[in-house]
Amino acid sequence: MAETVVTFRDLTKTFPGMEKPALAAVSGEIRTGLITGLVGPDGAGKTTLLRLIAGLMQPDSGDLATLGVDPLHEAATIRGQVGYMPQKFGLYEDLTVLENLNLQADLRDIIGQEREEAFERLLTFTDLKRFTGRFAGKLSGGMKQKLGLACTLLGKPSLLLLDEPGVGVDPISRRELWGMVEDLVRQGIAVVWSTAYLDEAELCGTTLVLSEGQLIASGTPREISSPLQGRCRQLRNPGHGKRSLLVHALNRPETTDGTIQGDSLRLTFQPDAQPFPPEDIGASPAAQWAEVTPRFEDAFIDLLGGGPPGESVLARHTREIPGQGDVVIEAHELTKRFGDFTATDHVSFEVQRGEIYGLLGPNGAGKSTTFKMMCGLLTPTSGSARVVGLDLRHSGTKARQRLGYMAQKFSLYGNLSVAQNLAFFAGVYGVRGRPGQKRIQELAEIFHLGPFLRAPTDSLSLGYKQRLALACAVLHEPDLLFLDEPTSGVDPVTRREFWTHINGLVSRGVTVMVTTHFMDEAEYCDRIGLVFRGQLIAAGTPDELKAGVATDTRPDPTMEDAFIELVTGKESP
Amino acid sequence: MSFFHRIHALIRKELQALLGDPSSRTLLFLPVIMQTLLFPFAATLDVENASLAIFNRDTGPESLELVQRFAASPAFSTVLSLNSEAEVETAIDTHHALLAVNIPADFSRKLARGEASPLQVVLDGRRSNGAQIALSYLQGITQEFTLDRLDAAGRTLPSTVVTRFRYNPNLNYRHFILPNLIAIITTIGALIVTALSVAREREQGTFDQLLVSPLTPEMIMIGKAVPAMIVGFFQATLILCAAVFIYHVPFRGNLLLLYAGMFLYSLSLVGVGLFISSLCSTQQQAFLGAFSFMMPAIMLSGFAAPVENMPRWLQIADMANPVRHFVEVVKGVFLKDTSFHHVLADVIPLIGIAFVTLSAASILFRQRST
Repeated sequence: MAETVVTFRDLTKTFPGMEKPALAAVSGEIRTGLITGLVGPDGAGKTTLLRLIAGLMQPDSGDLATLGVDPLHEAATIRGQVGYMPQKFGLYEDLTVLENLNLQADLRDIIGQEREEAFERLLTFTDLKRFTGRFAGKLSGGMKQKLGLACTLLGKPSLLLLDEPGVGVDPISRRELWGMVEDLVRQGIAVVWSTAYLDEAELCGTTLVLSEGQLIASGTPREISSPLQGRCRQLRNPGHGKRSLLVHALNRPETTDGTIQGDSLRLTFQPDAQPFPPEDIGASPAAQWAEVTPRFEDAFIDLLGGGPPGESVLARHTREIPGQGDVVIEAHELTKRFGDFTATDHVSFEVQRGEIYGLLGPNGAGKSTTFKMMCGLLTPTSGSARVVGLDLRHSGTKARQRLGYMAQKFSLYGNLSVAQNLAFFAGVYGVRGRPGQKRIQELAEIFHLGPFLRAPTDSLSLGYKQRLALACAVLHEPDLLFLDEPTSGVDPVTRREFWTHINGLVSRGVTVMVTTHFMDEAEYCDRIGLVFRGQLIAAGTPDELKAGVATDTRPDPTMEDAFIELVTGKESP
Repeated sequence: MSFFHRIHALIRKELQALLGDPSSRTLLFLPVIMQTLLFPFAATLDVENASLAIFNRDTGPESLELVQRFAASPAFSTVLSLNSEAEVETAIDTHHALLAVNIPADFSRKLARGEASPLQVVLDGRRSNGAQIALSYLQGITQEFTLDRLDAAGRTLPSTVVTRFRYNPNLNYRHFILPNLIAIITTIGALIVTALSVAREREQGTFDQLLVSPLTPEMIMIGKAVPAMIVGFFQATLILCAAVFIYHVPFRGNLLLLYAGMFLYSLSLVGVGLFISSLCSTQQQAFLGAFSFMMPAIMLSGFAAPVENMPRWLQIADMANPVRHFVEVVKGVFLKDTSFHHVLADVIPLIGIAFVTLSAASILFRQRST
């Protein structure tokens, strides 16, 4: 049944000015009948491979056949048959859904009866019929992707190349989108779904795993994670101090990787290693080992040679902050209206010193608005946002000196060098003179930035940008850290390393407020507030939220299950 | 002290961002060099290569002499001789001639009789500036012709007009354009740098990062204003040097006075720039905003047309135009060594404008920042 539609062998592509090739001798094939996952962090070469397959670029070397022909030189033959949906599909935000579709149809010469039928079919398929008059800019992330998909499907392609369709889409819309694409696969369309989310990869029929331009694995998700069978274990009820327990656990020679999952630890062991007695790392006597199914992410990290060491060098260079247990961040009936739209609706919560508080929620649910009001970037319509007892909008320099901030896009100056960025933030926060120089050197060492100090920041890989952003945010040893989707798109090893530092800082008494849409990142939080339609619909520890949706058929729900359950419960009362 | 250290960090970063990137460095200085090289040659109002058409119906010696005088003038490089009324029409129509002289058949006869003998001149109104200047050359030649004739007859005119141009005795157009260029290029430099830099930070998300830092909106404003002023000063100095050392325009005034005026002028410009940038969220908007301020401000500055030619209400409204005042200051100080007292008349409005734009920008900046 399944036929091969794309084959490529030893594909190599190097961009001018780049040291390493974007793709280095990558081989593989794409078949009908299943979704092929193109998996890897940002900068792994996913987009390059898709663009090569679509015939938009010329490879430096290697063989490639798309639908049996050379996609570059016989572009006309395959034009109608290949549907390529780029990361940000070229939707015109100032046009309505229907106007966007009309434009795409005009560009593809789909007219008259054929257009009517195509629109009918696609609008029904994507469930966008109710929104044809809405501006594309006003659609949620999920609906935008659906519209992009509809536009791509106008040409009735037999090969569909989707570049990170899951970015900016909340878990619920992602499941819907996934369902649609599976439908297309059943109709006989070959689909490539590229993704940086490893939990998305787990759902694919087969995968091609890329890292830094190399194909490091390929096969079904089960094939990829099976070498780790029996090596992944959860330590349940480890007792107090989960963060220091994780450090101890990762210092053991038996372990290769580990994360925090709510109140438990999740560890990956060396092949053939036996779990150590929980008491050896100081866990409570009630602690128990439980074997868990390896995930795609475990396998990915194993392929990259295991996770980072458990101890944060950064924390060692950070002062102890006293006052454990005081309330330092406080939102009271916080409300923000934009016109007749209420982005944040009477949200209240408290965060204590030395706690990680996570704001979780679908895109456009209001978590960013809430976050921005907390750090003084937006003025609340009513209610109050207080940090260390102060309103950051009015309290001047002194209060803001205690705060570290790191945002989604790593807010760095791209055309300044790494050293210039560090020097700038040091200057702004008054870390100067000899101690300032010493601190910059220290951070450059901790984050391995030494070799890049003179390089323009734009030329760094995403992982290093993320490290530099964290270095800039903690340069002045803040006692509060505001992190707005801090790890979007970075590879899982860098993400582990990031959380190692955050955990280390928190054990020193730093308070962290974080927004995220990564479910596994939510597991690191001490407490979570789930924001939906501007309201705080659930709050509690990760384990409490998960336990709240446990049923007989699903005794051990994941964070994503909890998220979907809680949000859909609100959607249809 | 930490105030100055923080501002220092901001200014250093801004200059690093502006000058560290080769392409933005080129964009800041290449246009200045290009304009300094091209403008003084291209944008000249002196009429040097005009063509004159003559339709002479008279055959008398007086008309022939006049035609010869016209032909000998260096102002007219080509002189066309026409044979019919229709040819006059075509010559003007087809841009072959800037102006045409129509000498009537009884021209010499009337002159010989001692009667008044009029000439007709047809001008190309599409090129009004050039045609008017050419006409004045033509009138000069005719007047000389008349005076010589009177002289020969042993008579003189009751009175004659003798013209001297002060401050630019040879009416060299470069003396006019180069001081103006100082004002205009500083405008573009300082305004665009401030207007775009805030918008760029908004686009890239670094602006939020600044706002959560201990920097106050005032510090951010100063941090944005100073680099733009430095760029403006540098550009102005570049043209000043070119004007004096390459084009030999005599600098007659007080250098300190010029730079004091420039300081106030760039202050009012960064005020406008920051005002625009606090209204815009993208670089594109900021760019359009800067241009929609700049075009009318330069057109109404007295560079393109004298302010005195504007209707009264526009002249009053134009008092709020910083470019107009600075053009006056530069020209005054540069060409005629204006006294401090005279400069004050343009400096006081500049102080007022700077005060208004900077306070408006700071209010808006504060509002938009929180």
